[in-house]
Amino acid sequence: MEDKPKLDVPTPKLDELEKGPWPSFVTEIKRAATKSAMARDLVRQVEQSYNDRVGHWKHGGLVGVRGYGSGIIGRYSGKAEQFPEVAQFHTVRVNQPAGWFYTTKALRELCDMWDRHGSGLTNMHGSTGDIIFLGTKTEELEPFFTELTQKGWDLGGSGSATRTPSCCVGPARCEMACYDTLALTQDLTMEFQDTIHRPAWPYKFKFKMSGCPNDCVSGIARADFTIIGMWRDAIRIDQSAIPEYLGFEGFDLRRDVLDKCPTKCIEWDGKKLSINDKECNHCMHCLNVMPKALRIGKDTGATILLGAKAPIVEGALMSSVLVPFMKMEPPFTEVKDLVQRIWDFWEEFGNNRERVGELVTRVGLANFIEAIGLEPNPYMVMHPRENPYVFYDVDEAAE
Amino acid sequence: MATEPVPQRRTDIGPPHYDQFLHPLIKRNYGKWKHHEALKPGVLVHTAESGEAIYTVRAASARLLSTDFIKWVCDMADKYADGYLRFTSRNNIEFLLANKENIDPLIKDLNARGVPVGGTHNSISGVVHTQGWIHCHTSATDASGLAKTIMDELDEYFSSHKLPQRVKIAVACCLNMCGAVHCSDIAILGIHRKPPYVNHANLKNLCEIPTTVAACPTAAIRPVTVDGKASVEVDREKCMYCGNCYTTCPAMPLADADNDGVSIWVGGKVANARTRPMFSKLAIPYLPNNPPRWPEVTEAVKKIVDVYAANAKPWERIGEWIERISWPKFFEITGLPFTRYHIDDFRGANKTYRTTTHMKF
Ligand code: SF4
Ligand code: SF4
Ligand code: SF4
Ligand code: SF4
Repeated sequence: MEDKPKLDVPTPKLDELEKGPWPSFVTEIKRAATKSAMARDLVRQVEQSYNDRVGHWKHGGLVGVRGYGSGIIGRYSGKAEQFPEVAQFHTVRVNQPAGWFYTTKALRELCDMWDRHGSGLTNMHGSTGDIIFLGTKTEELEPFFTELTQKGWDLGGSGSATRTPSCCVGPARCEMACYDTLALTQDLTMEFQDTIHRPAWPYKFKFKMSGCPNDCVSGIARADFTIIGMWRDAIRIDQSAIPEYLGFEGFDLRRDVLDKCPTKCIEWDGKKLSINDKECNHCMHCLNVMPKALRIGKDTGATILLGAKAPIVEGALMSSVLVPFMKMEPPFTEVKDLVQRIWDFWEEFGNNRERVGELVTRVGLANFIEAIGLEPNPYMVMHPRENPYVFYDVDEAAE
Repeated sequence: MATEPVPQRRTDIGPPHYDQFLHPLIKRNYGKWKHHEALKPGVLVHTAESGEAIYTVRAASARLLSTDFIKWVCDMADKYADGYLRFTSRNNIEFLLANKENIDPLIKDLNARGVPVGGTHNSISGVVHTQGWIHCHTSATDASGLAKTIMDELDEYFSSHKLPQRVKIAVACCLNMCGAVHCSDIAILGIHRKPPYVNHANLKNLCEIPTTVAACPTAAIRPVTVDGKASVEVDREKCMYCGNCYTTCPAMPLADADNDGVSIWVGGKVANARTRPMFSKLAIPYLPNNPPRWPEVTEAVKKIVDVYAANAKPWERIGEWIERISWPKFFEITGLPFTRYHIDDFRGANKTYRTTTHMKF
């Protein structure tokens, strides 16, 4: 691998982005460009964008592989005469392994396949979690797909489909995991293959699994269906590990742990740390600061939240609690049933391009939970209503 | 003529099972991790109930990677990590080492190739960002370029733990916000500032008019007839330049070299630690698109981080720090002007008005 690949095309603007300590995407495109004509025209077109201060891609078009409605994003250059090799420059989304774990053997195989069929450029990974293979031509799609599936890989979701589920590292390498995020991700991904590959919803539907309320995959901000690990019993305390923390330079148990506990439920008598677990709101702070002394409880499961999305169309939303606690064990039947009931309602009542969070906002949470068969529960809201315009059930009143 | 046998076409096989990609040490201790600590910036050790430990070395990446670079990363993983690695949700590369002795030689090799190691605990980890001019049609700016120049400026915070808390930075090149950057400590957002240009001559051929009208969140689009052709017009007073119409209708482009630019939002978080998750709030309504290195943007981000680093108490995320000192103080000590654009005027805006006399002077 060359440190500073040289190209025969001048790119004075982009060259500025090869300076500085952070790894440079420009160097990456140039590396690919030494082997791929597509990557070479990409670097030229992006240089043009840097001069013009606008993008030069046209609207996507409908391209794909046989039998799939998603996984390929069609992309065409708006300057095809100037940059013919990127006239077609489609993206292929490949479903990542849960937790983004790889062996070098598998990664090399993926790279070799992409060198044969595409630009040699990737994103590891895209925002939803997929492996993104950036830039190929329509005629390469079927051969690439065939090779990919022969090696055991498949496409991810795009458009109005279930998007590729993704998860945090969970029990594979994190002591905070309250359920097996990888197992659930794999299970849901396999169960929902059809809805991932054949867009049939009003709009996109994303799943994210975080093993605890630290929410390392940002599910509460990014996923329509957010599963965040939770425990219900007591935080486990190892009193013998506390002196080690007290010995750390700059560590102040009162300032750094006790006073930072949002519910002020931790006490320290100079020898023993105690937690009033009935008061704990499971914020994670104390566990994050003293992982050697404190551990999540043993009665574990997850909280299910619904509805996060970016601003388009009706404004950004965070997910809100639907089920405060659910056990999360294979075969995950309860959570799958819940998903199905939500999908049935959304499919019937959702407008075109209406995310499920927007649908809930439009029909009201009370009506929504009634429709999907959940009982009202104070954990679902920050507080009961303030507004006195209550729509009482007239029939009920008349009885 | 003999033909090559066509391999059987397989569909809906899903991703390979993660099990085959886990380091044997991880497999043995799966779900039985006891605790972790950071040995130094970029290096974590997770210890299991069995007493076994796995060492993680976290390295930065450009997110946009060539296959050659990935293969070189594989060489590193083969040499030091028994051929096992993973990526994080913030595009970092994690080498998973069973042997502690391999940590420093690996870091040496990474640094020699210009790959920084860090991104753990109270640092600025990799930037979550979108495609921009590299691959998207609706971008108002380039996400890769911004991420690169910003991290060049903030690199010292990637490879150290000297911030009061972690700072998560995200860049989105338009309001679509692929990657939903709206709950980040610092979000950089590409913005358009002019209504779409309507290509009346072609609109009827390229777009379905009722869908286009329905696409607008503020009902700014009306059907009209121009020169005998069915088309639409945009009420300039109602348009907030979101680009929704353009997603539906290619005859309504918004990109504009002189008016597009960047806004900066601060104080969001997703973790539930201490305080609730929060949306990011507007700090700077507009900075110009000034590629290749966006000096105005990098300077502003650097300033916000530096002021935060100097003023926040230990464990406070940017949003928690601002909540404590109050927003007027934030504008005062950063020197950022507070303008009419900082006062929300969309639906539900009145929820953001100050309905208390709690104020700090
Ligand atoms: S979300 Fe929790 S369980 Fe998952 S990686 Fe983060 S801290 Fe660990
Ligand atoms: S998890 Fe949070 S609320 Fe619970 S004891 Fe620890 S700091 Fe307090
Ligand atoms: S944020 Fe907007 S411009 Fe950027 S990649 Fe997403 S849709 Fe495209
Ligand atoms: S840019 Fe947004 S607000 Fe303006 S007309 Fe288009 S859809 Fe409506």
